[in-house]
Amino acid sequence: MSILVGANSRILVQGLTGKEATFHAQRMLEYGTRLVAGVTPGKGGQVHLGLPVFNTVEEAVRAEEPEVSIIFVPPLAGAEAIMEAAQAGIKLIVCITEGIPLLDMLRAKSWTKRYGASLIGPNTPGLISPGKSKVGIMPGHIHRPGSVGLISRSGTLTYEAVNQLTTIGLGQSTAVGIGGDPVVGLKFVELLEMFRTDEQTRAVVLIGEIGGQAEEEAAGYLKASAYPKPVLAYVAGRTAPPGKRLGHAGAIIEGRQGSAGDKIDRLREAGVKIIDNPARIGLMTAEVLSAR
Amino acid sequence: MLIHEFQAKNFLQGLGWRIPVAALAETAKEARRLATELGCPVMLKAQVLAGGRGQAGGVLRATTPEEAEKLAGRLLGSRLVTAQTGGQGLPVSRLLVEKAISLKKEYYCGLAVDRRNETLVAIASRQGGLNIEELSGARPELIKKIFFTPDEGLKQFQARQLAYFLELPENLIRDFVVRLKRLSEFFLQNDLKLLEINPLAWSQDDQLLAVDARMEFDDCSLARHPELAALRDESQENELEKRARKFGLNYLKMNGSIGCLVNGAGLAMATMDIIQHFGGQPANFLDIGGGVTEEAVSQAFELLLSDSQVVVALINIFGGIVRCDLVARGVLAAASRISLNRPVVVRLEGTNVAEGRRILEESGLPFIFAADFEQAARLAVELSRQTR
Repeated sequence: MSILVGANSRILVQGLTGKEATFHAQRMLEYGTRLVAGVTPGKGGQVHLGLPVFNTVEEAVRAEEPEVSIIFVPPLAGAEAIMEAAQAGIKLIVCITEGIPLLDMLRAKSWTKRYGASLIGPNTPGLISPGKSKVGIMPGHIHRPGSVGLISRSGTLTYEAVNQLTTIGLGQSTAVGIGGDPVVGLKFVELLEMFRTDEQTRAVVLIGEIGGQAEEEAAGYLKASAYPKPVLAYVAGRTAPPGKRLGHAGAIIEGRQGSAGDKIDRLREAGVKIIDNPARIGLMTAEVLSAR
Repeated sequence: MLIHEFQAKNFLQGLGWRIPVAALAETAKEARRLATELGCPVMLKAQVLAGGRGQAGGVLRATTPEEAEKLAGRLLGSRLVTAQTGGQGLPVSRLLVEKAISLKKEYYCGLAVDRRNETLVAIASRQGGLNIEELSGARPELIKKIFFTPDEGLKQFQARQLAYFLELPENLIRDFVVRLKRLSEFFLQNDLKLLEINPLAWSQDDQLLAVDARMEFDDCSLARHPELAALRDESQENELEKRARKFGLNYLKMNGSIGCLVNGAGLAMATMDIIQHFGGQPANFLDIGGGVTEEAVSQAFELLLSDSQVVVALINIFGGIVRCDLVARGVLAAASRISLNRPVVVRLEGTNVAEGRRILEESGLPFIFAADFEQAARLAVELSRQTR
């Protein structure tokens, strides 16, 4: 299997006719992703990249029955796009948009919960189940189908990790970017739970970073759950000064909370194999898998 | 985006909060005149965008206008170093000259986004004037938190719960409730991330006064609040960081000797980490971002080398949307403007890597190519030792 998306997942693109969306939709189509429709208000009835364009998500859902939506809209329209998808019955919403205001995201997140939709992101490269479906902006060619599940708060660092895995001969079941913002949808805990029962996945790699509590929550979950698969983790930002935002809106040590050292300690206590050198993510995963 | 104390207090006053009588001074003479007008004793408060001013000597008390002039002369034009500013400190170009008040009691009152619970929180503390986070660690029984959502807003009864928790005198409860509710509406309308009144004082003449205030707005929302964006004080920003922002770059100065140029925040952090892992020290965090132009790369490279502490540069690119050839051209453009007098280690991977490498190789400049992430870090650390 793989988690969240497979070869038959039907995907909608919100904001399809925009420049960035067009570029990435083309790459997704080339990868073999089943894009079925786009939404751009005011452009309903047009055909773009061979896909039908609708004015609203509701119309697109009625006509083409997508289960997943990927969002490329400007930051101030991001929260509304998420809400619109959730209300229209989309079950998995992947929001690529970076820079959505924080209060907007609080509202959008509670909205997705109300409608039972899962959210990935915002400010994420998206997710990919290699060889099946790419719902995101990551370079597809570095991925291979395989047995490692990857969950990351980062973009290019995820590509680095994937590339190391592929180079050493380890493919990926699904690689998910959960997003670099302070408020995001699914986090480590929910995704670890999905990988737990995924038969294709034999090990899970977490790429965390400073700020927030997602890594601590993952540690708590792993400690309590007798997790059946090996979990490895690299946490970026050991050298980060407190109180300074490092690129991602969510990557900031606030007061005494969210330092890399704390996160690493908690994960190690929970039985997670800690990767100290970010150039050895592939190597250490291979070692852990061959030892089993 | 943080705003100054005096700006935050202007907002508070507009919302019905009482603040101590005060005015701004930009010269020592003005401070003296204001001290005379307001009547001594007065407080002289350095307007810098960082907490910890009190302990750092940025808030001084003057008992005569002459003393006010003398102390103001010392503060104005200096750089104030607090626990939050880093070693360079921040320039003091304005003082808030404020009539000192005698008070019966100090409290804390704040509104914030609670990231963990993904909601909003109103916080009150029976003890004010201190760092709320330290206080919540040491004396949690002095603090009460009430959660509320952006859609529902803070209710009157919730504000009342906090008022009674603070054990405010009965005649001040109503004022506090009305003002806190109004404050929460202001918070929501203007996309704040943090708002603190600390201390909130119960004065000898039985008033509730906002003695100090801190407001932080969400940078992501400034596009829809141009009037707030105009409050930004660029004189409080590090020159290099300001230059970086102009080109859409995320730059943060650190104290090491290896300058890094990386695409992506996570990879940039990992690059700093791996440098330290092999015994070196990063000079900066620099993420050139995803939608970067050749011009911005060239600015980034020049910026990195303008830090005199940098003895080795490390370029670490994993091309996805960012193309390696674009980065290579940007680096060369910078190299044509400035002399490349320090070693540059280059690691390129991903989109158009061959083309990027060819461009750098054919330039004839002495770039040092690394095969992978680890080798790049090792080389940079080794070179930083040799050149020290």
